[in-house]
Amino acid sequence: MSAGLWLALAGGLLGATMAQAEGVVAPSDVVFEDGAVAVSLTGAPGNPENGPDIINKGSGNCIACHQVSALPDLAFQGEIGPPLDGVGDRWSEAQLRGIVANAKMMFDESMMPAFYKTEGFIRLGDEFTGKAHAGEVTPILTAEQVEDVVAYLLTLKD
Amino acid sequence: MFQGKGALALAIGGALSLIAAGSVVADEPAKLVVNGEIEMVTETEAPAHLDAFDTIYSGWTFRTPETRMLQMDDFDNPAMVFVDQAAEAWDTVDGSEGKSCASCHGDVAEGMAGVRAVYPKWNEAAGKVRTLVQQVNDCRETRMGAEPWKYDGGKMVAMESLISVQSRGMPVNVAIDGPAQSTWEQGKDLYYTRFGQLELSCANCHENNYGTMIRADHLSQGQINGFPVYRLKNTKLNTAHARFKGCVRDTRAETFNPGSPEFVALELYVASRGNGLSVEAPSVRN
Ligand code: HEC
Ligand code: HEC
Ligand code: HEC
Repeated sequence: MSAGLWLALAGGLLGATMAQAEGVVAPSDVVFEDGAVAVSLTGAPGNPENGPDIINKGSGNCIACHQVSALPDLAFQGEIGPPLDGVGDRWSEAQLRGIVANAKMMFDESMMPAFYKTEGFIRLGDEFTGKAHAGEVTPILTAEQVEDVVAYLLTLKD
Repeated sequence: MFQGKGALALAIGGALSLIAAGSVVADEPAKLVVNGEIEMVTETEAPAHLDAFDTIYSGWTFRTPETRMLQMDDFDNPAMVFVDQAAEAWDTVDGSEGKSCASCHGDVAEGMAGVRAVYPKWNEAAGKVRTLVQQVNDCRETRMGAEPWKYDGGKMVAMESLISVQSRGMPVNVAIDGPAQSTWEQGKDLYYTRFGQLELSCANCHENNYGTMIRADHLSQGQINGFPVYRLKNTKLNTAHARFKGCVRDTRAETFNPGSPEFVALELYVASRGNGLSVEAPSVRN
């Protein structure tokens, strides 16, 4: 990679971070209306290309509970929730954002974890260590990841 | 280390003998009969206190045919080496009083018949519900003058298995009323509490979704009639509390410790959800 390109990239990243810090809606400030969230959590559209990574094991782990036919390479797709095929037809962008941010606002008592929430947990642990959590609580997904996964879900049309 | 390897070798040996027997047992085993003689109830009517479902199932019924087969014969069951070790410990004098378990309880097959099936159980003198492990340590400390064993350590889980073997095939029948009731209620509360950042309760997975796949795992009802359990994954015996700990940890929660009052209460409650299933320990899981 040339020094020039590297600099340009770094500049781009820096710009993105600053924009995010300004425009980002904090987890406790998210406004739900009938389970939906109208405005982008970052103030910008998400990047659908990052969707599959987030849906896979690791950060989002959506695949533990959902099947996605468009991602046949992801092994062991779960059956707890409905297949996500066609969710882009069934739900609006605002509804999908609400479902990913906190599904319990859309589906009463849902088993689906709230991915953009930092309060109200019982015996919050430090990731998967089994130890108590200390310090500031971060949501499971960042605002940007929520937007990316929402943008990807919108591409899942029948 | 050595034990682990020995057990692994045994597990592989068991698997090999399965392949050899493959043509004979073409169908997956639907009924669990151990050593061709102990008939296990792996599916039965749910106990009256449980409204959530009509039928309760042993965890055995959710495993692959290969894993199920390992539990059908003690020669294939990799847990049995540890049971043999515990049988030696049963006869071994330990502590300041110069006694072994056998000094007071005699032959384990007679002294411990039926015991596993009713534990955890209220202990009048202690004024609380005791797990089998706590009872063993009480005997070690107060009656033998010996050091207590680590709650979920190797010696203890082997002894718990040896004692459980003496109840194999008998129906689980823990008491949930009388003095045990408040502990049982506490366990029930814990069972339905949505812990951790994922906000999941035991019931979310084991009551509402048993029979479905969560990631690569086929969800069972989370019964403990088979505990202690030998897991092919970690090639050792595992206590129910170790399993609880893993399940709570996986919700991104701060877990409770093995032997904690919370897990004792939870064990009583979970055991009671399996009242009617056979004691299967030591069973085999992936
Ligand atoms: C622990 C299981 C679980 C996980 C993990 C999970 N979900 Fe869900 N999800 C559910 C369940 C259950 C439902 C059904 C709604 C209900 O009744 O609770 C659901 C519903 C949905 C729906 C609505 C589907 C429809 O067609 O109605 C969408 C969209 C969705 N989830 C997206 C996601 C995404 C994206 C992720 C990962 C970031 C995810 N889910 C992770 C359990 C899960
Ligand atoms: C000095 C005699 C003595 C020794 C040695 C002893 N125990 Fe005990 N054990 C007892 C007595 C007495 C009881 C009944 C105590 C009670 O109910 O509180 C008992 C109860 C038990 C019980 C519960 C039985 C039931 O029906 O509830 C178990 C299990 C047990 N012992 C295991 C062991 C093991 C394992 C050892 C060896 C590590 C051992 N004991 C050593 C005297 C002994
Ligand atoms: C996110 C889902 C999930 C939650 C929540 C959960 N478990 Fe599990 N549990 C599993 C999976 C997956 C397994 C392995 C497959 C199986 O037996 O269900 C398992 C296994 C078990 C087993 C072993 C069963 C056997 O026969 O080998 C027990 C016991 C158990 N869980 C109890 C609990 C208890 C008690 C809680 C609540 C503190 C709990 N689980 C919460 C997913 C979960």
